[in-house]
Amino acid sequence: MNVLDSVLIIVGMFVVTFGVRFVLFARAHKVVMPVFVERALKFVPVAVLTAIIVPMIFMKDNQMNLSLSNPWLIGAIVAFVVGIWRQHQLLTIFVGVVVFFIAKYMISLSV
Amino acid sequence: MKTPGHMNIRKHMQRGAVASMPMILGGIPFGLLFGSLASSYGLSPWFAIAMSAIVFAGSAQFVALGLIAIHAPIWVIVSTTFIVNLRHLLYAADMVKYVKHLPMSVRFIMGFGLVDETYAAVRPMYEIGSVDEKTGHKVYLGSFCSFYLMWNVTTILGILSGELIPGMSEWGLEFAMVATFIGIITPYLKHSPFWFCMLSAGVSSIILSGLPNNLGLLVAAVIGVIAGYLADVYMNLSNQLADSHQSIDKNA
Repeated sequence: MNVLDSVLIIVGMFVVTFGVRFVLFARAHKVVMPVFVERALKFVPVAVLTAIIVPMIFMKDNQMNLSLSNPWLIGAIVAFVVGIWRQHQLLTIFVGVVVFFIAKYMISLSV
Repeated sequence: MKTPGHMNIRKHMQRGAVASMPMILGGIPFGLLFGSLASSYGLSPWFAIAMSAIVFAGSAQFVALGLIAIHAPIWVIVSTTFIVNLRHLLYAADMVKYVKHLPMSVRFIMGFGLVDETYAAVRPMYEIGSVDEKTGHKVYLGSFCSFYLMWNVTTILGILSGELIPGMSEWGLEFAMVATFIGIITPYLKHSPFWFCMLSAGVSSIILSGLPNNLGLLVAAVIGVIAGYLADVYMNLSNQLADSHQSIDKNA
């Protein structure tokens, strides 16, 4: 790949990435969100974060893995239960990660 | 004044950095992997460094590497990047109300740094009131700076390591990000429309996971937003109906 191509790729990727992130911010003082849009947008964090992690939790190599030998599933279920139960973010993360690594270790022993 | 402005800024930036810690940890293997993958594809170190420093878009950078490896044309690389990052438009739309009073230069930096992790770390803090319009952007900048630093340092370390760190991608450090996102999602679930939102986004993301370029993620997210919105509207309507029935009963 020559230098010109490298520069074009970086510049092109920057323009579309930054453009998507900045375009609404640039006009933020003029943008008036309709009430129904604002009401829908409050679901964005839950919707996007769920859509990012669910395939990571339930799938391995494009296959569903619902077995107990899937440490991602075990760690995620435990974190979810702790999160619902205690509503404490750091505790959720800590317990989830610890359970994940224990499960991963146990599973590696049993295989 | 005992606490000058810049001390204040530092304190708030620290809060942002601390709130992002688990995700920064979870991002380390990705940064190392990006740097080492780039050098294993024979790309110039400067190219990889420039991409992390200028583009700053985790998953899109990996997709771009894959496309470069198969000699895809530049317009394909750029338009794919656009699609992969389109979810950030949702974040921006949601953040508009918190940035509109800020100077353009601050919005510029915040736009550059609008990645999944910083949005995930800072957005809920507005919701629960631990930041407001005076402090939110400082906390946000702290999250962004610490994440940006990690991403660029690990990219360089990945390049220097020259080849894949043996088994690093198998360690499962990315689970820290999954656990963090779960910790962010669960407090919302006190209200049932968010359950509809989560379940429909989750099921859709699995059904659509075969779509290329994060399109499945994007469509699943939009489905989740619509499902949550409809559940919200429906529940409000039925509550209003119940209320009006009650008042009719009382009047009768």
